[in-house]
Amino acid sequence: MHLLEILSWLILALPLAAFAVQMAVGARLPRYGDFISIGAISLSLVFCLLVFFRVIVLEYSPDYVFAVSYPWFSGGSIEFRWGFYIDNVTAFMLVVVGVVSTLVHIYSVGYMHGEENYHRFFAYLGLFSFSMFLLVLCDNLFTLYIAWELVGVSSYLLIGFYYTKHSAANACIKAFLTTRVGDVFMFLGILLLVLYTGQLAYHDVFNAVAHGEISGTVLTIAIVCLFGGAVGKSAQFPLHVWLPDAMEGPTPVSALIHAATMVAAGVYMVGRMFPMFSQSAEAMLVIAYIGLITAFFAATIAITQNDIKRVLAYSTISQLGYMVTALGVGAYTAGLYHLMTHAFFKALLFLCSGSVIHAAHTQDMREMGGLRKKMPITFATMLIGTLAIAGVPFFSGFGSKDAIMAGALAFGSEHGAHMTIFIGLFVAAGMTAFYMFRLIFMTFYGESRNQHSYDHAHESPASMTVPLLILAVLSIAGGFGLYGGLWFNHLVVPPALQEAAHAAAEHGGEHGGAHGEAWIHYGAMGLSIFVAALGIFLSWVVYGVKWISAEKTAAAIRPIYQLSFNKYYVDEFYQKIVIAFVLWIRKVLAAFDRIVIDGIVNLTAPLMRGGATFSGGFDHYVVDGVLNLGALIVQAAGSVSVMLQNGVIQSYILKAAIAAAVILVVHQYIQFWL
Amino acid sequence: MESQTHLLTWMTFFPLIGAVLVLITPSRAKTFIKQLAFVFTLPSLALGVQMLRLYDPAAGLQFVERVSWISYFNIEYYIGADGLSVPMLFLTVLLCPICILASWGINDRVKGYFALFLLLETGMLGVFSALDFFLFYVFWELMLLPMYFLIGIWGGPRREYAAIKFFLYTLFGSVFLLIAMIVIYLNTGGSFDLVALREQIASSPLGSAARVQWWLFLGMYVAFAIKIPAFPFHTWLPDAHVEAPTAISVILAGILLKMGTYGILRIAYPLFPEMAQQFALFIAIIALINIVYGALCAMAQTDLKKLVAYSSISHMGYVMLGMAALTPEGMNGAVLQMFNHGTITAMLFLLVGVIYDRAHHRNIDGFGGLAKNLPIYSGFTCLAFFASLGLPGLSGFISEALVFLGAFPVFMVITIIGLSGIVITAAYILWTYQRVFLGPLNEKYAELPDCSIREQVMLYPLAFIVILLGVFPHLILQIFQPTMMQLIEIVTKG
Amino acid sequence: MTIGIEHYLVVSLVLFLLGLFIVVTHRNGVRILMGVELILNSANLNFVAFNRYMPDSALSGNVFAIFVIILAAAEAVVALAIVLAVYQQFSTIHMDEISNMKH
Repeated sequence: MHLLEILSWLILALPLAAFAVQMAVGARLPRYGDFISIGAISLSLVFCLLVFFRVIVLEYSPDYVFAVSYPWFSGGSIEFRWGFYIDNVTAFMLVVVGVVSTLVHIYSVGYMHGEENYHRFFAYLGLFSFSMFLLVLCDNLFTLYIAWELVGVSSYLLIGFYYTKHSAANACIKAFLTTRVGDVFMFLGILLLVLYTGQLAYHDVFNAVAHGEISGTVLTIAIVCLFGGAVGKSAQFPLHVWLPDAMEGPTPVSALIHAATMVAAGVYMVGRMFPMFSQSAEAMLVIAYIGLITAFFAATIAITQNDIKRVLAYSTISQLGYMVTALGVGAYTAGLYHLMTHAFFKALLFLCSGSVIHAAHTQDMREMGGLRKKMPITFATMLIGTLAIAGVPFFSGFGSKDAIMAGALAFGSEHGAHMTIFIGLFVAAGMTAFYMFRLIFMTFYGESRNQHSYDHAHESPASMTVPLLILAVLSIAGGFGLYGGLWFNHLVVPPALQEAAHAAAEHGGEHGGAHGEAWIHYGAMGLSIFVAALGIFLSWVVYGVKWISAEKTAAAIRPIYQLSFNKYYVDEFYQKIVIAFVLWIRKVLAAFDRIVIDGIVNLTAPLMRGGATFSGGFDHYVVDGVLNLGALIVQAAGSVSVMLQNGVIQSYILKAAIAAAVILVVHQYIQFWL
Repeated sequence: MESQTHLLTWMTFFPLIGAVLVLITPSRAKTFIKQLAFVFTLPSLALGVQMLRLYDPAAGLQFVERVSWISYFNIEYYIGADGLSVPMLFLTVLLCPICILASWGINDRVKGYFALFLLLETGMLGVFSALDFFLFYVFWELMLLPMYFLIGIWGGPRREYAAIKFFLYTLFGSVFLLIAMIVIYLNTGGSFDLVALREQIASSPLGSAARVQWWLFLGMYVAFAIKIPAFPFHTWLPDAHVEAPTAISVILAGILLKMGTYGILRIAYPLFPEMAQQFALFIAIIALINIVYGALCAMAQTDLKKLVAYSSISHMGYVMLGMAALTPEGMNGAVLQMFNHGTITAMLFLLVGVIYDRAHHRNIDGFGGLAKNLPIYSGFTCLAFFASLGLPGLSGFISEALVFLGAFPVFMVITIIGLSGIVITAAYILWTYQRVFLGPLNEKYAELPDCSIREQVMLYPLAFIVILLGVFPHLILQIFQPTMMQLIEIVTKG
Repeated sequence: MTIGIEHYLVVSLVLFLLGLFIVVTHRNGVRILMGVELILNSANLNFVAFNRYMPDSALSGNVFAIFVIILAAAEAVVALAIVLAVYQQFSTIHMDEISNMKH
């Protein structure tokens, strides 16, 4: 067995075993068995790092691929297999998932301390990590879908962890159903691909697509359907509504699932399928615009929210929009790179917010303030995360975001009509810097707005701050200085894919775009530094020194403010239109079933009874009548003859004798006559 | 080897021996009767396991026994098992002991109940193993009677209505089956042999009489569709389920419904292959209605048992869809779904029964927050619910995915609309789970005890199978796959 | 005059009618039994007479007569026992007074 094969097995088996053990006996173990989960995930992380080391460092090659697959079952004409597909992208994604999962496990020890069902929380985390590793490692569409759904269900369990709260119970069902709508599209995409290519394994499907077994409109539809899965999981417009609500889950969950890993699954999937996706320019355009809409409008919502986790949630949606746009415009590496940097700094931000909530006992930023002095570590790390997300140079977010902007600019410069993508991202970047620093200022600066909770605030325990520090280091180091995108580019992405990305970017356009690469890069970089600085400055003006009153501004643009504050009423739209329709139709159908269908069935009963009454009457008066007449005659005869029966034996004998005599005589006469 | 040659007979009639023994036991000895009934379902289970071990998928019909029965009419005692019947037989022998355990709470007229139950088991096993049309029909009707009494005597408040509805409906269907059987008998020179009948029909005047075939197929379809139950013949099911005692609901949903699709696959398809193709679109449309309409109706229910009943209607739609597609994936998916639905829905009904025993009502909105106090129970329910909504890793997913994969190339639009059923199913199941188990605890039920050992004993095997087949579907898939491929060949060639 | 079968038959008939008369007219159980004996004996006489005058009868009539005699003895025993039991039960042997079985 190849070393990578063994490692893959172990990476998958450990969290799954931890899940099983925790579910079975976790409650009876000392410390509720958290050491088992942490041990398992830490080992998995070690193995992930080994895989990374082996693939990226020891045996590095631009198009390294290790694939192994096992037979699973046969569906008749399709052979279902499952297996591992490890290339540079897998290796890097494994590390991202492993690191974030491990840190969240450790963080949860402190954060969830003393919670009811503590062991079950770790069990769910284990299930989630397993599903995520499976999603990263798998080598075919069917297993991908399985992992995809398992990720969904573990997020359902985790969001609903505080199930006695109504809001949590609502949030988990909402998350599952919304993402499942996306999943159905994804399944449909798989169905289409299987129908045309007859294959499930990535490699075979890509080959089939390259050979044109599926192309044109059908391919576009299949890709857009597949992308539907990503829209659900990665919370893209219009299926983003579940993510802010999902913050009802415990904060480590928000950090693990809803910031770093699960929501990145969609982006990873698109990245994994890029060789196929890049074959359809129309589909790529759809993806780019979906991403743009998401990035832009989630940013506008984040500006007005007051709940610290909601701000982060919308910022997550917005950043995911960036990644998707990057993939859509063909900036494949930039998208995946941003996925990694975002995973680290967003997990950091969420865990920091958890630390803040843990200390302040509220999620409302208006209740906080001045926490800087009370929680120095949390403040410092959160500031690092914020600088990273805002795209300040030397932090990780800068490199990746800049790469995305450059990709969008290049795309726009080739297809003039789509320059909107770049402009939209550009504006959204400014808003990102603005709302993130708004968060920092409201939480850590100024006066405390709630003295009581301020007095009780304190720095979190080491099990919570250590992960913060590690993630903070990663948030800086992940950037690798100014031009991190380059190493990432060369390390992770095989040349063939880079070409495909290029081809996608240039698809339909004339040559010439390639010449201007240098100015595009430096132009984009300059612009993004400028816009980030502008956002931070404005935020400082409004929330730092308060030269401009936030309230007055909000009042001045009240309709827009309301629109943003109420998240563009998308939730209300679903509630009032979609859900109301389903609820209405189910009532109508149930009534139809009861009244019409069952009514017809039950109607047969009175009809039968009517028929039966008629035939019964006929039977009674006519058929039976004749019979009864006969009976009447017999009865009359009987009542006469009964008089002979007097019970005196002697009279019987006499009668018998007389009868015998009569018979004799009659017999004689008859003989005589005969 | 002697015992193996008579494996099916022993398996079928062992419960009948038990029924006789139950009848001669004094009716005061209630616990003894229950134990006796339980013990007499076990040999069948053991034989079922043995059958799974001995069955060779490549070899076609096995365990065949053939004795003349009523020689004047050419009726034979002809039984055997192929890939289609083996999973169904196993499902039956598996569920019956579990149902006996689930009936432990029956204390009224115990003797009659268990005797009828064992008789029912014999009837069901007979249906799944009969290879003689007449014998099939006899068992088909034999099963009806105990069912009628079990619902009508030990049922809920509206038991008479439900029992009579069930009885008349099924009888109504049986008439068509009987007519079809007689017509075929008369036209093939007097044959009831289901194995040979296909060729006999093809070479008889019937073989070229498409019109007659059309009517015969329709008649059989109606007979079996009532059992499935397919829209619009489905309304007996919710009523029967709501009134029937728990164990009978389990049998009804777990096994009896499968007889409808089993009948179509065993009799209607191979006897009239051309008609099977002609009717495919029609069946697919009905299947679609079942899936979507059943799911939406389920969403509207307030009674937990009715909800599960409608979900059965919806899930049987997948079986029909796969069947109609006549593709390898579709057929395999359909049979797999028959088996999986049997285990999953059995779990669901058992779980409903468990909570009904405690709370004495089944109103979904009347509970709330039960997960807090009933961890084992809610764990089982969670598993069963997720299996029912087709979560990967659990058995329901594989069969649904196969059905969709199989149906998509043939009925593209229908499959796409049918996919919406996945979301609707998830919606009503999770919504139900939320209303019953999540949210703040309803103080009324703060003192409910969790699952007893007996209840766990009946739930664990099913849970195990649900997970096992979700991960290793080929364990059961490989049994019927060759048979299904053969059937497809027969039908598409015809 | 030779004695022919008619003579026997006439005697037998007389005996039979006497017996019948006793059975029908008397109320005393024992008397009724005596009447029955007379009827049986008339039958016996018939058997023996026919045996005598029928060709190839091979004694079958006589055998029957012996059977009847044995039977009559047994019957007399049982019947008298019944009469005795009836007497103990009802303190009478008048048959028309024993009407408990009459509805």
